[in-house]
This record gives sequence, C-alpha cells and structure tokens, in this order.
Amino acid sequence: MIIDHPLLGPRDSAEFTYMGDARLIERPSPDSPDAAAAFYDYAYLRDNPAGWHRELWFHEAGDRSWLVVTRNTVTHEISKVEFASDVARAKGRSK
Amino acid sequence: MRYSGLRVIKEALSGHKGWTPAWREPDPAAHYDIVIIGGGGHGLATAHYLAQEFGQARVAVIEKGWIGGGNVGRNTTIIRSNYLLDGNEPFYEMSLKLWEGLEQDLNYNAMVSQRGILNLIHSDGQRDAFIRRGNAMILNGADADLLSTADIKKRYPFLNTHDARFPIKGGLAQHRGGTVRHDAVAWGYARSADKHGVDIIQNCEVTGFRIEDGVCKGVETSRGFIGAGKVACAVAGNSSRLMSLANMRLPIESHVLQAFVSEGLKPVLPGVITFGAGHFYCSQSDKGGLVFGGDLDGYNSYAQRGNLPTVEDVCEGAVAIFPMLGRARLLRMWGGIMDMSMDGSPIIDKTHIDGLYFNGGWCYGGFKATPASGFAFAHLLAKDAPHPTAAAYRFDRFEKGLMIDEKGMGNQPNLH
Amino acid sequence: MTQKNRITGGQIDRNTTCKFTFDGRTYAGHAGDTLASALLANGVRLMGRSFKYHRPRGPMTAGSDEPNALVHLRSGARTEPNTRATTTELFDGLTATSQNRLGSLSFDLLAVNDRLSTFLTAGFYYKTFMWPAAFWEKVYEPIIRRAAGLGALSFEDDPDVYDKGFLHCDLLIIGAGPAGLMAALTAARSGAEVILADEDFRMGGRLNSETYAIDDAAGADWAAALVSELANMPNVRLLPRTTVIGAFDHGIYGALERVSDHVATPDAGKPRQILWRIYTQKTILAAGAIERPIAFNNNDRPGIMTASALRSYANRFGVAVGQRTAIFTNNDDGHRTAADLHAKGVKVIVIDPRADAPRARDYEVLAGAQVVDTMGRLGLTFAKVCLADGTERIIECGALGTSGGWNPNVHLTCHQRGRPSWNETLAAFVPDGLPAGMTVAGAAKGDMSTAGALAGGAQAAHSALDLKGRMLAMPKAEDAPVNITPFWYVEGASRAWVDQQNDVTVKDVKLSHQEGFRSVEHLKRYTTLGMGTDQGKTANIGGLAIMAELAGKTIPEVGTTMFRPPYTPVAIGAFGGRHRGQDFHPKRLTPSHKWAEEQGAVFVEVGNWMRAQWFPREGETTWRESVDREVLATRNSVGVCDVTTLGKADVQGADAAAFLNLIYCNGFAKLPVGKARYGLMLREDGIAMDDGTAARMAHDHFVVTTTTANALSVYRHMEFVRQCLVPDLDVQLISTTESWAQYAVAGPNARRVLEKIVDQDISNAAFPFMACANITVCGGLRARLFRISFSGELAFEIAVPTAYGDALIRRIMAAGAEFDITPYGTEALGVMRIEKGHATGNELNGTTTAANLGMGRMVSDKKDSIGSVLSRREGLNRADDLRAVGVKPVDPTQPVPAGAHLMISDGPVNAAHDQGYVTSACYSPNLGHHIALAFLKNGDDRIGETMRLVSPLTDVDVQVEICSAHFIDPKGERLRA
Repeated sequence: MIIDHPLLGPRDSAEFTYMGDARLIERPSPDSPDAAAAFYDYAYLRDNPAGWHRELWFHEAGDRSWLVVTRNTVTHEISKVEFASDVARAKGRSK
Repeated sequence: MRYSGLRVIKEALSGHKGWTPAWREPDPAAHYDIVIIGGGGHGLATAHYLAQEFGQARVAVIEKGWIGGGNVGRNTTIIRSNYLLDGNEPFYEMSLKLWEGLEQDLNYNAMVSQRGILNLIHSDGQRDAFIRRGNAMILNGADADLLSTADIKKRYPFLNTHDARFPIKGGLAQHRGGTVRHDAVAWGYARSADKHGVDIIQNCEVTGFRIEDGVCKGVETSRGFIGAGKVACAVAGNSSRLMSLANMRLPIESHVLQAFVSEGLKPVLPGVITFGAGHFYCSQSDKGGLVFGGDLDGYNSYAQRGNLPTVEDVCEGAVAIFPMLGRARLLRMWGGIMDMSMDGSPIIDKTHIDGLYFNGGWCYGGFKATPASGFAFAHLLAKDAPHPTAAAYRFDRFEKGLMIDEKGMGNQPNLH
Repeated sequence: MTQKNRITGGQIDRNTTCKFTFDGRTYAGHAGDTLASALLANGVRLMGRSFKYHRPRGPMTAGSDEPNALVHLRSGARTEPNTRATTTELFDGLTATSQNRLGSLSFDLLAVNDRLSTFLTAGFYYKTFMWPAAFWEKVYEPIIRRAAGLGALSFEDDPDVYDKGFLHCDLLIIGAGPAGLMAALTAARSGAEVILADEDFRMGGRLNSETYAIDDAAGADWAAALVSELANMPNVRLLPRTTVIGAFDHGIYGALERVSDHVATPDAGKPRQILWRIYTQKTILAAGAIERPIAFNNNDRPGIMTASALRSYANRFGVAVGQRTAIFTNNDDGHRTAADLHAKGVKVIVIDPRADAPRARDYEVLAGAQVVDTMGRLGLTFAKVCLADGTERIIECGALGTSGGWNPNVHLTCHQRGRPSWNETLAAFVPDGLPAGMTVAGAAKGDMSTAGALAGGAQAAHSALDLKGRMLAMPKAEDAPVNITPFWYVEGASRAWVDQQNDVTVKDVKLSHQEGFRSVEHLKRYTTLGMGTDQGKTANIGGLAIMAELAGKTIPEVGTTMFRPPYTPVAIGAFGGRHRGQDFHPKRLTPSHKWAEEQGAVFVEVGNWMRAQWFPREGETTWRESVDREVLATRNSVGVCDVTTLGKADVQGADAAAFLNLIYCNGFAKLPVGKARYGLMLREDGIAMDDGTAARMAHDHFVVTTTTANALSVYRHMEFVRQCLVPDLDVQLISTTESWAQYAVAGPNARRVLEKIVDQDISNAAFPFMACANITVCGGLRARLFRISFSGELAFEIAVPTAYGDALIRRIMAAGAEFDITPYGTEALGVMRIEKGHATGNELNGTTTAANLGMGRMVSDKKDSIGSVLSRREGLNRADDLRAVGVKPVDPTQPVPAGAHLMISDGPVNAAHDQGYVTSACYSPNLGHHIALAFLKNGDDRIGETMRLVSPLTDVDVQVEICSAHFIDPKGERLRA
C-alpha cells in the first residue's frame, strides 16, 4: 500500500507501523464518574467496520509522525491522510 | 450411508452409482430450537455436537455462501494444544483429544495427522518462556518435549544450523500436534450433523436479528424469517459485521492473515515447524505442498488478500531456516479474515440479549479449536452454562480485568 | 541425435546448437528452443507422469499454462523441481530429468495407480483409511505421502543469489503481444515512462507463433522491429523473461525477472532472479488468451496438446510434433492450425463437431464428428473418431491438437477480488471489476483478432495516459471474427481429463455433483481441480462448464474461478532475496564491539543487537567460570559493561515533566534537576509495559531510558501520547539510542576509576546516588553521567557521543587497570540483577501488573497516568494475585530453573494446584548456590515457606524456600556508598 503523507508525499506503507482505530485519540477523562466504563469502552470495544475506517499509522521509518488514515477495509482504498495531532486538536485535546 | 474401505470397493465395482449427497439441501423451516449462523468449522461442529452429544436435533445451520468457504477452508491446517495459560490450555487440550477421535466419531477421514509440532528456540529468554509453557502443558495433562539442537537436526537435517543469524538453541515439541485436512473437517461435521437431522441451509444470508423486549426471537435472512429459540453466532471473519445488526460492538478487530502453499514436492518436512526468530511456520500436506505462513499484514482488513511486504517477510524466514527452500516455488497466496480479539483469546458466551449467543474472536487460532469450540458452544447452548474448559471465554473479562493474554501484548489486536 | 521432427522456419537460431540431456540421454537443439520444443524436435513426446495415476504425459501447451511437462531442471543443489519444459529456455549443457516416477519414465511402477483408478476417484480418501485408527499416520499416510508430491528438492542449500529491486513508471504494460506492443509504442512516443514486461524470452506474444502478416511483414518480424525501436527509447524499459506475478494495492505490482535461468550458472556477481516491486500510475494488462482443451476419453496421451501449441511448435520453433496430425476443434481458430501445419508439409485432418464446420481444399475436414478415444501407451498413435453418421473411424496420428476456444487471460484482473463476467459470444469469462488503474487490452479483454488487439492496445494507452493527440496509424492485420460453438466434453466420456496434472476426469466432476459438492469452491476442493502447479489455467473453465451442465445451470451460476497471486509459481528464494544466512536481519553493533572482539568476547543476539555475553579468559573451560569471575570481580572491585543498547530518548520542553507524569505511573513533577528516578510505564490496560530511568538534566530536559527489547515500541508509545493525546503540551522527543555510547561502571572501585576520566567532582557528596549531570570527560569531551545501578553496586552509567564510544571503553579499561577492572557481559549483568532482585523482560512479560512486581504503591492515584484507571479493575487486584519473590533451593547444590512451576510442598502436582512460576534464575557466585526470581500467588505473605519447584519438562523436582527477591544488600548500602 501507499500512504500519501501530508508532508512527505507518497510513501510505502512498509515504512509505517499500524496501531488501529483512530478512536484511540479520544482518551476519556480519568476524572469522570464513569471513568472505569469509559476506559473499558475506549480500550476494548471497536466498530471494526467493513468499509471506511479511520486508523492510526506511525511513520516509524520516516518522520515519526502519527497519521490518521481513512482507508476502506474492503478495498484498501485510501481517501484521506491527516496528522493525528491535527485530528487530536480538532477533537479538543489541546490543553 | 456409512463410509468404509469396503464401501469404496463395492461402489467402484458398480460404477460409483450408489454414492449419495453428503448432506441434504433442505429449505428452511419456520422455526428451530437453535439456529446457528455460520456454516464454517465451528458452526458445523456446534451443530454436530448439539445433535450427537446434547440431543438437540431441531437445529439449523445457515450459511450465506457455501459451507466451509470461510476460514476453515483457508488456513494452514495445524492442530496443537501448546498453550501457556490456565484459561486456554485445558480447552485446547480437550480439542486435541477430540481431534484424536474425530474420524471415527464422524465416519469421515479428515486425515488427522499427529506428525508433531516444533517451536524453535533462539535465545535464553525464549527457552525460559518455552520451559514455563511446556510445564504448563504437562501440568494440564498435555504432552510437551524439550528438544536439543542435535535432536532437531536429526529430524530436520537441512535446517540452517551452520550459518544462522539467530542460531537454533533447541525447541519445544508437542508430538501429538500435527495437521488435519481442513476442508474435510467442515464436510465431515456437516455430513454428520445432517445425518442427525440438522438442516444445513446454504446461500442464506442473515440480514437482521428479530429482537423483541430484549429477547432474540429469530433471524431475518435472504430466504425469509427463521424463528429460533436460541440464535448462535459463529461467523469468524464477520463477527463485528453480524453483531452490529444487534447493535453490539465487540472487543475485536478484523485483520488479514496471509497463507501460502508451494508446488507439490516429495516429502521434505515430517512435521510442523515454527521459526522463533522471524515470522515463518511450515508443514507439508499429504499432497506434497508446503503450507506456510507468518505474521498478520497488520492492518484492519476484510479484503481476504494481503500485500507483498508480508509475503517477503515470511519467505525471508523460510530461506533463513531452510536455505534449501529457495528453489521450491510458491504456488498460491491467499488471505483470511482474522477476528483478532483484544487479548488474543476467544469468546464463547451469551450476549446481553436473551437467546443470542456468540462464539468468535479466534484470532488466527480457530482451526485447531474447531472440535472444542463446537463442543463448548453446544454445551452453552444446550445447558445455558459454559463448558468448564471454556469458562474463561467471557465477554466481561475485559471489563473485569481477567484477560487471557498468551503473548502479553495487551489491547492491541494486531500484536497477538 | 537427430532432430527428426525439425522442420523449416521458426525463430530459432539454427547456427547455434545446444547440447542437452534428458534422463541421461544427450540431444541437440538450437538457441531459441525451449526444452519442450527441443525434445519434441528430437521425437521425444513423453516428458512426465501425472500426479495421481502416473499416466505418461507430454506437453499440452507451449507456454506457462503447462500442466504436464514438468521436469527436474539442473542437478545437485541447483535442482529445480516441477520446472515447465515448455518455458525453459534451452542452453548448452542443460540437464533435465523426469520426475514423479518409481522406475524409469517409460516404466513407472506407480502407473499401477492408473489400473486402480476406478477405486481412486475424487475424494475416495475421505471415505476410507479410518480403521484401525492408528494406521493413518503409521501406514496409510506415509504411503500416500511418498506417492504424492511431484518433484523433489535437493536437500542442499540453494547456492544462488536473489535480488530485490524497485521500479517506478507512468505505465506498466503486461504482455508484449500485438496489444502490448502497440500500447507501448503509443505510450513511449508520448514521452511517458513505460515498462513493458513479458514472461517470454522473446517478445511478440502470439505473433511469434502465427503466420499472418502485419502490414507487409511477417508478424514476428514486425514485432521484432517494434521491440528494437522501443529498446532504443530512453523512457522505455523492456523486461523480457519477466513475469508480472501479482497486482497489489495502490498500483504496486510484483514482477519476477529471470536474469540467469537461461544460462547454466549465473555469471559472477549476477543474481539468479530479481523480484521487482513496480510502482505505477496505470497498468495495461495485455496478457493474451489461453486456449482450452476439449475432454474426451484418453485425451491426455503424449502428443495430444492444444491446437495453438502445435501451431507454436511448428511456426515458432520449427517442430512438427507428428508427421500426421489431427485437429479436434469447435471453433474456426482450430482450422488455422490445420492450415498452418498443412503449409509446413504436415499431413492434417480436422475433426469439428459443428455440422457447419468450414471446409478446406487441401485436407480432410470431418464435420459433425468427435474424437471419442485415443490409443498409444507412451504416446499417441491413433485417434478414434465418431463421424457425423455415427460410424467410427480410426485415424493414425502422432499429434492431436484440440481447441475448445480461448479464455482471456484474466488472472491479474482477479487479484483484488474482481470477478470476471461471462461473455456468450466468446463462450468465455472476460475481465470485470479491475484493480484501480488497470485497463485490459487485446485478447485478454476478448479482442481475439490481431487487428482488434493492435487497435485495443493503442486505445488503452491513449486513454490510460489521457493523451490528447491523434492515435497512431494502425497497421493492417487479420480481423477474423470469433466463431465458436461451445463444446466442453464428448458425451459419454468418463476417463476424459479435465485437469491433467491432478488427474481430474469428467467422471470425478460427475461424482462431485452426485455427492453434493456443486459450487465451484466445493468442486475444486473435493476433486482438486485447478490445484496443480498450473492452478487450472487450462482446466478450470472446462470443469465449471461440465458442472454447469450437470446442475442444469449456466456457467456463471456455478461460479467464476478466483485467481490468486502469483500468476505463475515463484521461487521462494526470490521473495527471500538476500535476507538469509547472516544477512537475515541487520546486525547492530555496540560502540565497544570492536574492542570486545579484541578481548575475545563471546557475543549473543539480543534482538538485532550483538552484545558481549561474557569475556572468557585463558584457562576457563566453561561459560560459568567466566561469568562467576566477572560477577565476583565487579562486586569486589570494579567491572564495566556496554549498556548502549538500552533505549534512550531525550524529552525536552517546558511541559517535559508533565509529559513524563502522564507516561509513567509514578510521579516526576517534583523530581529535582540533577536527579534521576526509576520509572514504571503501564499500558493503557494497566499492565506494566516497560521500566527505566528518567534523569532530569535541566528543568525542561529529561533523559529517559527503556529496556533494550522495548526501545522502539516505547518510543512509539511516547510519540503516540505526545501527538495524539496531548498535542499541545510543550514537549519534544528524540530517540537517542544510537547517539550515545553508554557504559555501566560498577563496583566498590567504580568512583576511583571514573575520577580519573571525569573532569568534575563525583564524590559521594557532590554526586550522590541517583544523581545525574552533563559533564565532560578526558579534558573536555561532553558526556552525561548518571549514578544509577542495575547491579546493586556503587555504580555509574557514563555516556559519550557514539563516535567516542570505542575510545571511552579503552580509556576506562586503562584507568581501571590498577583496580583490575573487569569487563562483563550480559550473563554477569543478568546474575547481578537477579541477585539484586531487579525485573527485566522475563518479569515484565506483558501480563504483570505493578502490584505483581511489588510496585503497586507506585501507581499514583494523585494524577492521571496512562493505565492508571484500568489498573484498578478487580481482576488485576485479587487477594491471591502473583507477587514477585525470591526462590532458593533447600539443598544448595540443587538448581532452581526458570520456567519451573511452584507447588505446595505436600500437595498434588497439577495445573489446579499451580502456585506460580520462576521467571529468572542463575547461579549466584556470591551466595554459592542457585537463586531465582518468581511470581507466587500471595507471595508477600509466604516468605520463608518451603515449596516444591517442579519442571516435569526438564525432570526437575526440588524443595525450595521462598525468600525476599533482594538476595544481595537488601538495604541498598552498597549503591549509596
């Protein structure tokens, strides 16, 4: 596969390490009253769709950025590649 | 019809006119006591044991395609019970015992071949871990044997012991492990279940569950509604998709695992061998093909195909331990969908919906588990209580912190 | 040694004679021959035996779809089993032998299987061999295994080298027949970067095997001229002898170039083959079509082949397979073979089941007739034909060509699970659902005429590259329509082969249907149809068609065939490339490696690192002697060890402490500058991930260490937390594992040694336990010093830029000479850490919690840290949880091995009574007996208990005493000294 890195252009996916569902960005607050349940859901439950999937790839053999790749799990087509940090900020993870 | 050598001879002499279909092709009835979704190894085994061991005959197996077309027909055919943890080992050992009597049980030669499985050791840390595992196996009543490099060299004289980047420092063997003709497992269970009165309904895809007041009443299918006292899901590779129809999210990610077969060769490998310093394991089928595989491609996929980096990684392992294999040719590569659970161990449990049961999350280890999975699932369905060997395979183990994590990789499925 | 079947013409080089042997007999052929064409020229039709019945077989094709003519090519370590004689380029000195036989090729004892064939039908083995149960492995299976398989490996290491390479282009064209060549020319003239790959050693595709003209030139000459034009264009790369094996994601194609397979041994420095990964924007598949046979009784004898193969042998290779030749065809293309052979002087007769078969002036055409049987034990002698009027006629022939029509070669279009669709006109599957970026042209698309292929190729290139200009002018070529009446097998035939390699007959397909195996997947799996080395290229459609007829369905209703990579089988060595032997994985060498080698160190693989395991001295005969000495010397005076392999990362920024607070379960916010602290990292699931130290070099600068094994994954995790969870913390990370050479200097004299090297005051007062600082050594070289101790001794870790690592170890050794400083390896390191009760990977095995490790109180509940919430789950906090303890033998002479399990002293020994297990063990030279670390249920409360340690796997059963894990200096006085 080829991942079109936002800065570095198309790179072979073999340069990357995969982690999984980009929902891992949305780490719950440990202070909320239902933190235990929220963390269980966060750490263990997955939509696991057959279709478009937003997922985390780490450019291990490159610039060491974490990317959020939108990829179809049936066709492997990639429609979007973003910096995970941008996604995280958009999700309100700025301090 | 009973199969035997005599029967083969009789039929041969009379022009093979007497052979009948291995299973019927019934239309679905309006209602069954138990509807099993998934005509793969686990679903068909569940039906067989429900009928034969638990006296449940009003059972249907419904399959969206053709039976045996999923992972039971696209794996590397290995059976073994070389597990470490108490949550797993008794279960897989029961499975191995069921394999040992399978052909007589089913009257079908699935070619269960206990030619032994060997995991190579390349470091002291690995040896310590394998000794712990071998002891756990023995303490659970299984067999295990620690082999020296010289022992291994005797059995595999062409192993690279002269120029290895990661020298072989011994191996953990399970001599009762081996291989089984995978397709025959599906067919043998199907034929036996059918004989016991189970309806096997092919080309019947589930499109929804009928759930009323928290109780599952049956399934909507491409061939109409089928009512059921209990609905049992055993759809490896499609677990998340199916259970989403019941609004469930699972502790599962689906990944692609590639497997490979070489051209047919005269006998090379007596048993199953696993490289401990790369990603490669291999056995040889009765037809002569080397059947081998390695690691997951590593990304979520339902595509049933993989990519070159993994192919190359696996073959690098192959020529690293067997430099002779360089001149054997890879004939065919394919991918299966692995429902990777969050701790690498499966789930056989009721769901929170009454009457809806789930069996899945087998990662890449479902084939060897087929008999025990069928038996334990049948037990759960018939008695509404988990089979003792499968008692740990609960949904709630993640919430409670009771993970069964053989590889110690935590909640990242592609690392198991 | 006469080439009695050699006729005129063809593209062989008659001036170059190649001598070769087959089964020990010497023959001659010409450059440009294949092994098959050369053997056929010499009158040899018998080349192999079939898989199951060991039927005599000769080539059925002239290409890579060959099921039958498989040989052992070459000899010794270079033996290649299952090599298709039909694609093996002849070279002088070639040796080949026949395979899959017991006895000689013409007298194969296993041919007895053919006599027993009525018993050995599809799937018979599923119904028998079940009694007695134990006989399967012991009796039946070994017999089956020996009989099965095809060729044999040499059992010697493959001596050849394989390379891997990467190519990039705008347009990849697969197949250099008329469509591929026109596509290439169109693309090349537009200036695009073009790769044209063809599996054959001569480009031109079918043009090489046909007689018709393109414009005014012979097709083969036209192709040759075009190929040479392309070869001279800088933007074109021609890859002959290159099979595109697979279409992978995002325009990546795998291709195998056979660089040296056409020479006796690879030239010096040349690989045998190259596996290319081709990255392309667009692809044109112009892989042609494959002729399919017709099934009739005994249709597998040597001499029976596809009609197009006969045409190839005659037109391209100058070989008449038989002086009398029959053609059995259901379509007009078969008649072309007859005409070509007749023109070459071969006596021809055509059998065509169509009543309206075209007539010929020069030879007999039996319209409405069918071949119903053949004769000839080791090769075809006669064909029995049923005429239109129902009478039979015996025809003498040495060759019989069959043509059941042509299948577009859709293989690569299916690699991303595209499903071809049925075309009634062609009676064949045509491509549908293509991989992104691929188009298909020529016969592969169903354009069966030459003119159609030429135009289709040009058009495909035009649209693939989105060219604006005018299309090239098309040369004149034949444009015959496809005229076919589907005809799959002769009614009433039973021993009629559908899959010749795997011996699947019409009868087997019928039995499969009778027993309910009716979908294409069941048919394939039950009968083994299409499972051979040819993957059913000539067989699948026929089997499918027969099943469709039996089931009363259309062919597409029964299913399509699913092709998977590779297109043709590929040597595993090519995928392995150079990653074998010592080059399997890269070797990482520590900065002191060269010096350690000079000392005679024994090295051990630690991941990809090579680390010194111990340093034997003269007179030492066992590793234990060396290790014990290194441990005692360190504990009694001073030792030095290269610890560079530990993962290192710099963490900088105003929020660095806050960041560490998040990734470690224990607190770092209040760590003063100049101090280091042990840190334990949890995974989010609450399980221990890794441990190490974090040293605060400045308010906004920490140096973090990880274990060697987890250096990569921990760094990745830290970046995940930084980028994904706290993107706006002011913190930056950089991995410095390879930037700093780091040595542990340990032992009571450690300070005295380092004082001679370090420029600053490192007295206990100035530089106490857990101190850290940026320092200089040797009069100004920047360095880092940490007073941390893994061994439990007074110890320092000193780091210098990697380039100075070798110099530093030599300087340390010189400075320590007066204290008899002793280098120690990973073994002694391990012994000292076990004596001290420190955890490593054996303890942090991915299932242990901080509580298991005895560090439960470190998990701060005053702050958020990764893993803290889930670490509180009930299952991880049970009363009888495992705790880290020490273990020592009651009888000090006994070992306490790692991997052994702890049992209650007088209880039963089984899994239900398992109390824990030993994680790490060693002999302690300080204590004079073996010691171990273990996890034990409720271990904190069981110190002093006598237990039984068992390892049934290794025959160990000893009484042990549970003790503190801190065997040496439990109060930590030494490391504070």
